This record gives sequence, C-alpha cells and structure tokens, in this order.
Amino acid sequence: MSIIDKTAAVPAPRGGDHTGPLLEVRDLHVEFHTRDGVAKAVNGVNYSVNAGETLAVLGESGSGKSVTAQAIMGILDMPPGKIPQGEILFRGEDMLKMSEEERRKIRGRKIAMIFQDALSSLNPVLTVGYQLGEMFRVHHGMSKKDAKVKAIELMDKVKIPAAKARVSDYPHQFSGGMRQRIMIAMALALEPDLIIADEPTTALDVTVQAQVMDLLAELQQEYNMGLILITHDLGVVADVADKIAVMYAGRIVEQAPVHELYKRPAHPYTRGLLDSIPRLDQKGQELYAIKGLPPNLLKVPTGCAFNPRCPKADDLCRTEIPALVPVTEQNGADLPGRKSACHFWKETIHG
Amino acid sequence: MADLNDEAVAAALDAPVGRGEPILQVRNLKKHFPLTQGILFKKQVGAVKAVDGVSFDLYQGETLGIVGESGCGKSTVAKLLMNLERATAGEVFYKGQDITKLSGRALKAVRRNIQMVFQDPYTSLNPRMTVGDIIGEPFDIHSEVAPKGDRRRKVQELLDVVGLNPEYINRYPHQFSGGQRQRIGIARGLALNPEIIICDEPVSALDVSVQAQVINLMGKLQDEFNLSYVFIAHDLSIVRHISDRVGVMYLGKMAEIGTDEQIYEHPTHPYTQALLSAVPVPDPEARAHRERIILTGDVPSPANPPSGCSFRTRCWKAQEKCSQEAPVLAIPERFKGQDTPAAHFSACHFAEEKNVVPAH
Repeated sequence: MSIIDKTAAVPAPRGGDHTGPLLEVRDLHVEFHTRDGVAKAVNGVNYSVNAGETLAVLGESGSGKSVTAQAIMGILDMPPGKIPQGEILFRGEDMLKMSEEERRKIRGRKIAMIFQDALSSLNPVLTVGYQLGEMFRVHHGMSKKDAKVKAIELMDKVKIPAAKARVSDYPHQFSGGMRQRIMIAMALALEPDLIIADEPTTALDVTVQAQVMDLLAELQQEYNMGLILITHDLGVVADVADKIAVMYAGRIVEQAPVHELYKRPAHPYTRGLLDSIPRLDQKGQELYAIKGLPPNLLKVPTGCAFNPRCPKADDLCRTEIPALVPVTEQNGADLPGRKSACHFWKETIHG
Repeated sequence: MADLNDEAVAAALDAPVGRGEPILQVRNLKKHFPLTQGILFKKQVGAVKAVDGVSFDLYQGETLGIVGESGCGKSTVAKLLMNLERATAGEVFYKGQDITKLSGRALKAVRRNIQMVFQDPYTSLNPRMTVGDIIGEPFDIHSEVAPKGDRRRKVQELLDVVGLNPEYINRYPHQFSGGQRQRIGIARGLALNPEIIICDEPVSALDVSVQAQVINLMGKLQDEFNLSYVFIAHDLSIVRHISDRVGVMYLGKMAEIGTDEQIYEHPTHPYTQALLSAVPVPDPEARAHRERIILTGDVPSPANPPSGCSFRTRCWKAQEKCSQEAPVLAIPERFKGQDTPAAHFSACHFAEEKNVVPAH
C-alpha cells in the first residue's frame, strides 16, 4: 500500500473539477484584542496561488505576513485573535465557514506548513522517526511499524544521509540544516497541494540555505505544489519566487511578477527596501535608508500607513487610504499581475 | 614593582597610532575548550578547537570584516580580542603589548580602548536599567573619562550622536524598537572614546529598512571618531558594504584574507567561492545565468576536525595532498610576485581564481 492509494480517498483530489486558483484569500482582516486596545494585524489582504506556483510574501516584522499564514492554516490563537471579515477559499470553498472537523482534514493533508525555527518546532523528547510517522498514524491509521518505514522513505526523499540509521535519533542530534529538512519532510508527508513556508531558511547559514531552498524547489516541481514563501529576504525571493506580494502594516502595498518588481517597483516602500539592501556585487558609499520605524499596529497612521516614512507623501496620503489598483504602462497598456497601493504609483514606476 | 610596570604599560597604551598602521596584531591565536568525562575525576578526553591558529592585522581607521558560517569561531575570536576568554595559545598585540598576558590596571586600560557591540539588542541591555544608566555604566568603572557631575550631559551627548532624542535618558529598553536598542548598544560602546570597536553581528537581528540606518550610522561614527572596526557577520553583502578588508573563517581557521575587492571579485579559496555563490542576489535576472556551487553536507565538528585541510570533506577539488598536509595561509605559490588581485593570502593547496559574483 502506498501513500497515493490512501490520499485518493480524501475528497477533492489533486486536479479535481475545481478551476481557478488553488488558494484565494479575499479581503482578510485579522485583529488582536489586547489590554492596550485592538491591534489590527491584517487589514484586507487579497492574494491567490495556483498549483505549481510560488508566491512570496515579503515584509518586515509586524507587517502581518505570518498572521495571514496562520489564518490560512487555521492555527491562529483565537482569542485574542479574531477574524472579523474575509474569505479564505481553498479550491473554491471558504475554509472560514467550515467546521473544525472539516478543517482538520485539510490541515496537513492538503495544506501543510514549514516553520522557521526547526529546533523549537520539533518535540525534543521524541525521536525524529516517531514524529514523522505521526502523520501517517494519525491521518491514515497506519501501524507503528509501517509508519516508521514511511518515515525512512521521507528522510531519504529530503536527502538526509543514512536515513535508516538516523530515524531513531532525537532532534538535538541533527544540525540546523538537517532539522529543517525534517520539517520539510513532515510537511511533505501527505503530499499536500499547498505548502506554506514561514521564513524556512532565516536561521540557516548561506551554504545550507542554498541546499534547503534547492530541495524545496525540486520537491515543489515534483509534486506540482503551490508554495507560499514568507520571508523578509529580498535575495531569497529573487531566487525562487514567481510572484511577490509586499506587505506593510497589514496591507498588501504592491503585487507583481518577480522580474517586474525588481526592475520597476511601483510603490515607494518597495523602492526603499530595494535601495536599502547592501549588494554583494556592488560597493556603494552610503545606503539609502527608509527613515523612521515601522508603525505601531495599535495606532496605524491615518491614510496610507507608510506616509510618515515616505519621501513622496503629501496631504492626500495623510487622509485617504490608497486602494490596491492595477498598474499600467505609460500608454495605458496592461501590466498583468501588477498592482500598487499608492496614490502616486504613476510617478513611482514611470519616474 | 608590578604597579610600576603596569603604569609603564598604561602609558604605552595611551600613545596614538598613525592612520594605516597596525593597531591590533593577532598572531596564531588559539582557543581550545576542554571536553571532559567523569564527574569526580574529570578527565580531559578531547578539545573543541573553536579557534585554531588565527593571525591577522587590524590597521588604524579601517574596517576588517570577518565572515563565516555558524560554529566557525568568529564570535570566539571577538571574545579573545576583548580578553573575555583567555586564549589557549597565541598573542594579541595592541600597540605592541600582548593583551592576552595583561592583567590588573594595564588590562583595564586596554579594555577602555577596545569596546564591543553585541548581536542581540534585546538581551544585551539590562531591562531594569534606564538608558542613562546603561550608557553611563562604563563611566563608573573608568571614572577618569567623565567626572561624576558631568555624566548626565555626556550620556545625552552620546544619545544625540547615535541619533536618539537626548530626552529619552530616563526610559527603559523595552520602550525602544530593535533598531533604537542597537543604537543604545552603540552609544555604550562609544562612551569611553575607544579606538577599536568589535561588532559581533550588530545588525543581523534587525529588519532590512532599519539595518541600513544602523550601517550608515556606524560608517558616520567611524569617520567622526576615527575608529577601527572588527566587523563580524555572516551576511556577506553587508560585510562587503562596510569593510575595507575581509577575512573568511572556516572551522577555527582563516581560509582567506584580503581587501574587499580581492575577496569578492577574485576569490581563490574554494570555500570563499562556494560561500559567495550561495548568497542570494536580489536580482531575478541574475538567477538564470549564475553559477552556483552548492556544498554538500555540514561543517564538521570542531572537536574532531578532518586531518590536513579542514575544508577537504566538502571541497570538490580535494586530493590526496589535502588530507595529509594542512595548507598555510599565505600568498599561493602560483600567484607569487605577480601584480594581480588574486595574489592575496589564501590557505589552499590548489588556489585558483574564479569569479562567482555576477558583474554589473
């Protein structure tokens, strides 16, 4: 019996009758009720991912990128978290309206997540093989013995050397890169349609980071999975993403295919980010720095949330929230997939 | 007698060093942490060779970047330079004095001139002390720098220098963001007018937009106060941006050292080449025609390093010779006497130039 036989029994199989994006987030809002007031972490996020596609969600800490992911996975702490409005459509069905039982069926089986810190995401007192096998035991009711065989197969799949010998090792016996591979193996166990990777390589060294990102890309291609890559690293994004959503203060401020974004940013925040990273291939004098600090989510500035830090801000920006509108060429021709939430996107992109 | 000697040393340490002359000379520095077994009769069964024979010079007014993966010993080097850890062997000469052998007043005088900025601005500031107390604390130990009545003004000056509002003097660290906290850490480092600042991953905990602010601040302060930096980081792009010279460490040893142009555009050590090629470049155009060297495996354990060249287990060029003979850090034989940027110190038997950073 292989994994394929088993997953075939789950409703809505891969490439089912649903057409359209694999996952679509529509006007999602998330807020946290704290003693100091309501922190609006996500304020109307829209994005979609297709099978085999990589969407990178880029943003600084506190921009709401991880909270959005947690809402999709259904692992948001509620309370204090609350989703006042929005829809999360997986294959056309709104997950927010599903029962807890139905969501459990999707979680892990259809949508899986890779977390940033592998050491604290793995249980230190259980062997790696046991934790990997848990997916099969819980979701498929496999015996312990069969689950262990599957665990070894998975460890081979993510290229952990001597998988057979290491299956009974504990997480602390693995290096950082190997632990992250185990996290990937765990996410892949049930061959999900969508993987959400929350800063999967932030804690790793560059040489190991390259190994892990390569592995992820390879497996994604093999299984034709959708991938949401959450990161703050513009370099990693450039290497793997198909399209990018840039988040700031709980909103998407710019959306674009990867090549377009780096060539011609249409939002001052994106431009600032691109200018403020030191480059390996260039030695500049002084870095451009975005002045000021990311906003406090308890009191987001009125109008455009970026206005206090923006070099282009004027009165309009301080009063009116810019909508995420399609960006066009100077002659009005369409730029597919490009959107910007700036009153002055024309000036920003066309100089 | 000892006191007299100390005083002579202290006097020597006050002498200024000309720009471009070596201010810190590190020679064959080693730090081995013992591995013991047994509870009552602790028996040494081995040693973690965290730093295993590192030599370099730091020139006055320059920034020396040290890069390497985690576990390569770069932070231990920082601690040894501060004399926070006693070196197992080797010397660190500061203005001609070997600071690994100093103690008492002479060591105190050295520490005044070599200060440190730490990685994590969240844990390196005491949450129960106000910003004024944190920045002013060095004056308690080195009271000759600022007389008691003068301290508050001095702290406010420092806050102003690092771009914080001087009125924040009575606030606590939790009231500041990560970037602001790192500025407080820098202000504390500057308090005693040091000559050298050792920065151990000063910006790796910060967001991209804030990182640039702190990097720019450090550049500005270097010019203003005529500082020399040892800048330790794992982010190669940032190191290139700020450094005049760069040293690449691997498993407790220096693999390659040279000017930023020599290291980034003409690397000759295979490890440096692999490291540079693995850095993600924020340019999607480059991803198609970029050669990437992906190393297999992990860094070996420093408790049991491979024989010969420590990089040979992950090196694609490794041959018989590499396992028998440890390469020395020197200008490779084939480039000797030539006037090329490839003629810089590299510890490889088969040093070869290879450009891995796409040109622009």
